Amino acid sequence: MEKFHLIGSPKTPEIDFNGDTGILELRGRSIPENSVEFYSPLNKWLDDYEKQPHASTTVDVKLEYFNTSSSKCILDIFKRLEKMNGKATQVKVNWYFETEDEDMAEAGEDYQAIVELPFTIIEVDEI
Amino acid sequence: MFQNACIFGIPEMAITDVYDFYRKMEDEKIILSFKGEFTPDLLTSILNILETRMRTMGVERKKQKRVFNVLVECFQNLYHHIDERASDAAEVELQKSVLIMIKYAGDSFIVRTGNHLSNEVIPELRRKLAMVNALSTDELRGLYQAKLKNDQRSEKGTAGLGLIDIARKSGSKLEYEFLEIDKHSSFFCLNVVIE
Repeated sequence: MEKFHLIGSPKTPEIDFNGDTGILELRGRSIPENSVEFYSPLNKWLDDYEKQPHASTTVDVKLEYFNTSSSKCILDIFKRLEKMNGKATQVKVNWYFETEDEDMAEAGEDYQAIVELPFTIIEVDEI
Repeated sequence: MFQNACIFGIPEMAITDVYDFYRKMEDEKIILSFKGEFTPDLLTSILNILETRMRTMGVERKKQKRVFNVLVECFQNLYHHIDERASDAAEVELQKSVLIMIKYAGDSFIVRTGNHLSNEVIPELRRKLAMVNALSTDELRGLYQAKLKNDQRSEKGTAGLGLIDIARKSGSKLEYEFLEIDKHSSFFCLNVVIE
């Protein structure tokens, strides 16, 4: 399967999704004005991935900031993976936050409370 | 009418007044201010300037992030909720014109915005503001989760989470005022303190 890659910008995260390893990484900041438009290519790519997923799917979220409109789009991605989980692939989420950034840790817990996927909330020095 | 009153009613500023203007901003601890048309690129620039500034000021990382978050949500609120139903070009320009001020005083950051609003949207906005101000930190978090979970989005793709997030990140009550300009529009002032 082709790899999905988007270069980061001051308002959008770098996204890497390798269909051969099942690893999806979001890194940086996600504060676009139009988040739905920004996340639409990733969603299209997920349509294909869904048909032939890797046995395990790992989502690594390494975000420094995200705006509220991105928060809905991130939830949409988790919701899609939630539906796939336990069928053709086993999904897990690693949610990273920088030491002392309790807001980002809380944001991960907020998703954990809403989505039925195994979450690991991981503290790191720097994202 | 409002625009004309501003142009013709007030004597033009003398060139030396620029210094007074500057001093006043300095005294008010305003570290950045902008008045004019609001664009997404402007947000990128302001965030950039402020981030560098906060880093050199040695502001703790957590507060830096909170200020950054509040700014993003305030700005994007302005951007998405600007009243675009104005009838002529001059009116459209006025509607897009906003005021943004960032103050740093006594270890607190203050984000102050001003923009034009159609009077029609005020009751709903008042209701939302009163609601977030009435909630505790835990209740705000609960409301945020509930709204996030609920699948609705507005036509503009906004999730209705902006004000809740601003209140959560600021940690203080939102101060606001609606100044009526005429029977159609008002000027909305929002003051967010990040302690």
